[in-house]
Amino acid sequence: MSSGVPLLEGRGITHRYGSRVALSDVSFRAHAGEALAVIGPNGAGKTTLFRILLGLLTPESGELRMEDRPVSPRDPALRTVMGVVFQDPSLDARLTVRENLTLFASMHLLRGARARERVDELLRMLELTDRADELVQKLSGGLKRRVELARALVHRPRVLILDEPTTGVDLVALRTFWRFIDQLRQRDGLCVLVTTHRSDEAERCERVMVLNLGKVVAEGTPEALISRVGGDVIVLRTTETEPVARAVRDRLGLQATSHDGEVRVPCTHGPELIPRVLEATGGWGHVGAVTLRRPSIADAFAVLTGSSLEDEPMGGGA
Amino acid sequence: MSHLVATAHALWLRDLKRFFRQPSRVVGALGQPVVFWAVFGAGFSRSFKVPGAEDTAYGAFLFPGILAMTLLFTAIFSTVSVIEDRREGFLQAVLAGPAPRSAIALGKTLGGATLALIQTLLLLPFAPLAGVPLLQANFPALLATMVLTALAVTALSFALAWSFHSSQGFHAVMSILLIPMWILSGAMFPVSGASEWLGWLMKLNPMTWCVTALRRSLQGDALATAASGMSSGAGMEVAVVAGFCVVAVGLAMLRTRR
Repeated sequence: MSSGVPLLEGRGITHRYGSRVALSDVSFRAHAGEALAVIGPNGAGKTTLFRILLGLLTPESGELRMEDRPVSPRDPALRTVMGVVFQDPSLDARLTVRENLTLFASMHLLRGARARERVDELLRMLELTDRADELVQKLSGGLKRRVELARALVHRPRVLILDEPTTGVDLVALRTFWRFIDQLRQRDGLCVLVTTHRSDEAERCERVMVLNLGKVVAEGTPEALISRVGGDVIVLRTTETEPVARAVRDRLGLQATSHDGEVRVPCTHGPELIPRVLEATGGWGHVGAVTLRRPSIADAFAVLTGSSLEDEPMGGGA
Repeated sequence: MSHLVATAHALWLRDLKRFFRQPSRVVGALGQPVVFWAVFGAGFSRSFKVPGAEDTAYGAFLFPGILAMTLLFTAIFSTVSVIEDRREGFLQAVLAGPAPRSAIALGKTLGGATLALIQTLLLLPFAPLAGVPLLQANFPALLATMVLTALAVTALSFALAWSFHSSQGFHAVMSILLIPMWILSGAMFPVSGASEWLGWLMKLNPMTWCVTALRRSLQGDALATAASGMSSGAGMEVAVVAGFCVVAVGLAMLRTRR
């Protein structure tokens, strides 16, 4: 899938806010049918990159290319091939579902019968038909996300930008959301760029790009990134995450990150290492449970950036 | 159809839809000028005289100013929505769309101006009750002034509202700039009765030209000239209002570049 001319490409994109570097020489390629996850800690530059892709910000240097031709971020040719689901709501809550979709269709020159057909088709595909004439403000969070997706797709974009599309969405809704996106990728060759804080979401993508402090620190298939961690992750459940993580780092020289009542120790030969880890942390006194599991993208992320992927996005970050 | 026109049209339609969906807005929009007119008209009726047109009742004098106020206030309230659109995220989806950003200025200006016009036209039949007979009005000049003023004040209000992230900030601008523009337009008291420095300030205020053009087309040359101290004539006044409109719309479109 990742051979041939990329549908969308960024070359050497650099941007500063005053003296602070938000993006430094960032390049990427995204092909038709492919999903590229962009992950990074808060302030890594994801939002800046997306703002540039959306034509909301002009980068200081670097270029965007569409099918191997340079294109300006505000070029209508680029804007019409791109659809976007924002992290925050972007619908008019005082209009109905159908009115919102028709409004955005008309901005893309879809009018009259053609607009009606397209809106009906999307309502059917996203199972929104029976809610079509309700005001958006009356819908539940999950339904609103689906309408956001329908809005992003109303003009049949070839590139779909998803900025934390499933933050705060439950697992069932996440699966429905992605089943639909995957269908479009296979059927229409839709190219997807997604930022996420969810490991499972990043692992659905063909490739993952890790940003840290404005630079690309790693890029590859999820498997390739995960393989950097080693074969195992020891997970210690504890109420005292920081002292336990520090003990593992200081006494054993291993990486250890803490998150949500857990200390995670990526390693090779996990089973043999468990006794030594427990010894280093002062035995069972601090640790309630020990498990061993296969590493995920979140573990690779922790190794690469020293941050936790699952921390809630703060919003409005760069 | 270009993306600019399509997006401006879509935003214009959206403003109309939202307006007619809220009956309270329609009633409030009509009620406020009527209350203003009734209170001010009654309050000043015995103490007020236009120099040179002493037999004009205050209620009649005030009427063109109430039309201007309706245009201005509707413009302000409809452009506040651009701040809400920014805060609620709707604006970012439009900005990421295919149209140049100036389409937003154009769409919102047309939307706000249309609502302002609708409300002012609803008010117009009340003119005879205020002592302003409509039969002798110069309708072409009146309508031209109303349309141009509606566009000008909506575009100006949009240009000011564009960079605000909260409506509180915009309220400050409204009370420091926009409302004084109306008060010093000859709507409430004649330019001819003001002190010299204030008179000059009023003549530099584009709203004064709007109100004078409205008064001339509704109430004739004698009162308009006496109240404004300007014998510029309808043609000149409409031309100045048109200039105000062009500058304000240009300003609104330029503002969206940032």
